[in-house]
This record gives sequence, structure tokens and C-alpha cells, in this order.
Amino acid sequence: MVGAASAPAIVVKGLTKTFGKVEALRGVDLEVERGVVFGLLGPNGAGKSTLVRILTTLQQPTSGSATVVGIDVVRDAARLRRSIGVAGQQVAVDDQLTGLENLEVVGRFHHLSKEESKKRARSLIERFDLEDAANRRANTYSGGMRRRLDVAASLVGDPEVLFLDEPTTGLDPRSRLSVWVAIEELARGGTTVLLTTQYLEEADRLASRIAVVDHGLVIAQGTATELKERVGGSVLVVQLSDHGRLEDARVVLSRYGTNPKVDSSTQEVSVPMSAGAGAIAEVVRALDTGGITLSNLTFHQPSLDDVFFALTGHASEVAAAEATGKSKK
Amino acid sequence: MTSSTTAPSLTTPSLMTRFRWGVSDTFVMVGRNLLRYVRLPENIVNVTVSPIMFLLLFTYVLGGAIRTSTPDYITFVLPGILVQTLLFGGFGTALGLAQDVQSGLFDRYRSLPMSRSAVIVGRLVADLLSNIFVAVLMIGIGMLIGFRFGGSFLESIGSPAIGILFALPAAAIFAAVGLTVRSVEAVNVIGFTLIFPITFVSSAFVPVESMPSWLQPVAEANPFSLAVNASRSLALGEDPGSSLGGVLIWVVVLSAIGVPLAVRAYSRRS
Ligand SMILES: Nc1ncnc2c1ncn2[C@@H]1O[C@H](COP(=O)(O)OP(=O)(O)OP(=O)(O)O)[C@@H](O)[C@H]1O
Ligand SMILES: [Mg+2]
Repeated sequence: MVGAASAPAIVVKGLTKTFGKVEALRGVDLEVERGVVFGLLGPNGAGKSTLVRILTTLQQPTSGSATVVGIDVVRDAARLRRSIGVAGQQVAVDDQLTGLENLEVVGRFHHLSKEESKKRARSLIERFDLEDAANRRANTYSGGMRRRLDVAASLVGDPEVLFLDEPTTGLDPRSRLSVWVAIEELARGGTTVLLTTQYLEEADRLASRIAVVDHGLVIAQGTATELKERVGGSVLVVQLSDHGRLEDARVVLSRYGTNPKVDSSTQEVSVPMSAGAGAIAEVVRALDTGGITLSNLTFHQPSLDDVFFALTGHASEVAAAEATGKSKK
Repeated sequence: MTSSTTAPSLTTPSLMTRFRWGVSDTFVMVGRNLLRYVRLPENIVNVTVSPIMFLLLFTYVLGGAIRTSTPDYITFVLPGILVQTLLFGGFGTALGLAQDVQSGLFDRYRSLPMSRSAVIVGRLVADLLSNIFVAVLMIGIGMLIGFRFGGSFLESIGSPAIGILFALPAAAIFAAVGLTVRSVEAVNVIGFTLIFPITFVSSAFVPVESMPSWLQPVAEANPFSLAVNASRSLALGEDPGSSLGGVLIWVVVLSAIGVPLAVRAYSRRS
């Protein structure tokens, strides 16, 4: 009756979705094991939300198939809804209801008894640090509180698989941390979590496996470490004192690693170097010979930003946004 | 954590269980919608202020110039304005649903193992209850300015009840529209362009005989006229004749179209 207990939590095969002329998904294959936190990483418009909406029965795929805990998302949608929880990209809270009432209503719609719904609501309110606001209407909540209430609502049914579409977008560091901790707790309890994010740092911290999505395709998959290895070694970042020499520095660095990245707002040039730390002295000499003076130099493990750049040839939206933010200062 | 909940088992529930769930979902939905009414009193004010203004303006400004067969104009026009107001309630149904779509709440509901029709029926029932409130309020104000029922107690109850019943399938059709266009603004435009001609080309405000002859058949065939005539006859204590049966047929036919359309529009997973 129930999907075989041994079946992977999520299996996606050749999934496509078109909206008129827009191809949101162009053939996604994915397999998520049970009990892991799986990160779906990609820039705006990559197709993350579309994939989540199909897996949570809110939309139908154009072609391909998908199962969650062994249950077909199209044919058996009604049954699947009892096994999943969703917090969509758009926060869905009932403004005129209090935090507690919001969760109670969701509990009742999961067909829990009145008492059970109340109990569950209370414990989730505590867990997400909303006790002080529990009896206040949600329209008095801050953005971060609304988001936490929304994530709490996705847990009311005690789902086997939880889908969180950008659960920390717009949160301050403290709220973000409380959502992170909640996700880590769930993962320890054996819940499978599929999480989309634009924050590379977030995927790095939470997800044991990551799929990078771009333009409706999974372009890379693996653990954070594996993905970092794709960059090919550690990353050397030099910061120039003279803005005008960025291009010269890029040419020099391209002799030591592939595809150096120029960030003109920070006056930095970075390149992955497989040769290791020994080559640094050589690079510095070469720059010096070219009369390029440095204000700073770092050599670090690649971040997922670097991974993203190496995979797609363009910076992630977040990195780009941060860069424009910096240049405005 | 798993042990702390009694989540229903994953086997396919029996028909009986699903029916029970559907009823429970509908009740919860009605409760949630009523809570919104109580907490947003401006909603009630919005739907009652303009009909009361209508009532006063028609009675005191236009009433003197309009000849009717009834003892006074208020007796003639109150059922008309009442049925119109109740019909306007359907507009609120569509707006409420469109709001719930826009706020993302319906995506949450649609991901839950709850009954699909409960969302629509729960909305319609809550709006029907609010319509009863509006009807009582308007009749109360009408009585303050001279309106009197001319029939038995049952006929007096039947008069607004016809309007409330008639508004139900209209609300369902509005709901389908609201869920299809999915925007509060679009609902406003569609609602106003539909409701005004339908309610004015009718027997609600003036006797049909006073209209140009080419318009009279349109006004007479208008189902809204039928409902107003039935409601008015009952208010006066006269025999509603075939209009009563006509209204009931309309209600059944329109409900059979409207409710499934609305449920389908809600469930659509494009
Ligand atoms: N309902 C829709 N109608 C038309 N186009 C759509 C619809 N939903 C998504 N799209 C398009 O599909 C593509 C993928 O969108 P999607 O929302 O899945 O991206 P995303 O990765 O979630 O992006 P973001 O990080 O901005 O949330 C985009 O080009 C988007 O414009
Ligand atoms: Mg998205």
C-alpha cells in the first residue's frame, strides 16, 4: 500500500515543465535518499520552485515522472499529501488568525483532533521561538516571524519529507539561525528535507548533498566537498591597489589556473589553483615583475560561490547582488 | 516526534472516513472564514453601508417619482435592494477567494490532505451566514423608515430567504471566476460590469412596465427579476405564483454548474 519503505525519498526522472514558451524544467533527474538534507541550489529562474511545486502536487509536470516516498506525485497526489510538508517560497500565513490559530487550523486539516492540534501548535510555537507572539494576530508579525510560522506550519503533519523553498530568504542572522537549527534537528530525527536556496553558505552548512540547478537542468551534484573539488583546488584571491591593472592581473593569473574571475567592485581577481601553495611565490613574483602592486592576498578552500562560477561561467545571483551592494558603498 | 502525533495511517481511507473528514474540513473552513469576518469588521461595514445608502436614497430621493402598485415605494424597493445586496455578497466570496490565492494560503491548503470542496463550500457557507446578518440588518433599517411585511410570519421569513438562496449559486459562479482570474483587481472589474446591468435591468427598482418596450422582455427574463418578484410577493403577503418555482429551478441549475466549476478552478494544478 505505502511506498516501499526502502524506496528513496524522492525519485525524479526526465521531468520537464513548460509554461507557454518558457521551459522552466528541461529534463531533471534526481534521487534523494531517505533521512538526508538535500540542497537545491540555483540562481533566480533556475526552476527550483517549479520542481518543488511539482513534487508537492501543486503543479503537474509536462513530461517525465516523479515519486516521493514511493508515491507518484501525479497519479496518487491525494495520498502523497499526507506524507509531505511544504513551506513554499511565498509565505502562507493567515493574517487575521493568531500564530497558534494558524497552526491549529493546519492541524485540523491534517485531521488531527482538536486537542492534538492545539498540543502540536503549542510545541511548534515553542520550537520556533514564537511564544511571545503566540496569541497575536499574524498581521502584527515581522517578516522573520511570519517565515518561521510558515515553516512551523509545514511541520504540523509530522511529514516524512519536508520541502522548504528558500526558507531563510529575507531573515536576519538570528532568525536564519533558528530556522537552521530546526532543520538540523529534523534531520537528526530522520526527516528527509529538500531545501532550495540561493545562499551557498546555507547549502554548505545544512545539506549533505547538493544539486546545482541552472536554466531548468541539474548541472552538478554531490557533497559540498565533491563540488568544491570540481573547482580544482584552492582559490587564490589577489586584491589590487590599482583598479586599472585588473585585466593585466587576470592575464597573469590565467597562466596558473583556468578561468580567473574578476570582481571590479572589490578590485579582486581570483583563480582556482591546483598547483598548491608552492606556486604562490611564483605568482607574486610574476605580478611584481609586471609592476602590479597588491593590497591583499588570500589563499582559501573554494566556497560554493567559486563552485557556482566554475560550473556556470557566471556568478550566482547572491554573489552578484553582494557585488553591486558593495560597489554602491 | 512521530510518537507525539496520531497522524492518520497511510492506507486509503474508507468512503465513510473521507466523508467525515470532508465535513470536518468544511466546518473548520467555515470557522476560519467567520473569524476573519469578526476580526475585519470593515468587511461587514463595506457590504452594508452602500445598500443602506441605496435604501435611503431610493426611498427619499427617487421614490416619490416612481409609481408602483404597492402601498408605498419602500415596500416595493426593499426586496429589490435586498436581493441585489445579497447578490453582491457573491462578489465578496470571489474577492475573499482571490485574496486567499494571492496571499499564497491556497497553495498551503492545496498541499494538505484536506478536502478540495471544503475550501469552496466552507467559503459559501460562511458568506451565506454573513448574508443572513446583512438581510436582518437591512430589514431592521427598512422597518425604521416605514417598511412593513404584509403577510404571515412564514412569508416574512420566506421573503429574504428567497434572496439568500438565490445568491448562493451566484456566489459559486463568482467564486469560479475569482479563482480563475486570481486577482482582486480583476474580480472588481468583472464584478461591477456584470452586476450593475443585471440588477438594474430588472424589476428591482422600477416596475418593468415603465421601461421601453424593447427592454421589457429582457428585464422579465432576467432571473434576478424572478427572485425579486418572488421575494416581493412574499413580503407583501401575495401569492408568488410561478416565480417561486422558477427561482428554485434557477438555484438548482446554477448550483449544479457553479459549485463544481469553482471546485475545479480551485483544484487546478496547471
Ligand atoms: N506560473 C508560471 N507561468 C509562467 N512562467 C513561470 C511560472 N512559474 C515559473 N515560471 C517561469 O519558470 C522559470 C523557473 O521559475 P522558478 O520559479 O521555478 O525559478 P526559481 O529557481 O524558483 O527562481 P527564484 O530563485 O527566483 O525563486 C522562470 O523563468 C519563471 O519565469
Ligand atoms: Mg523560487
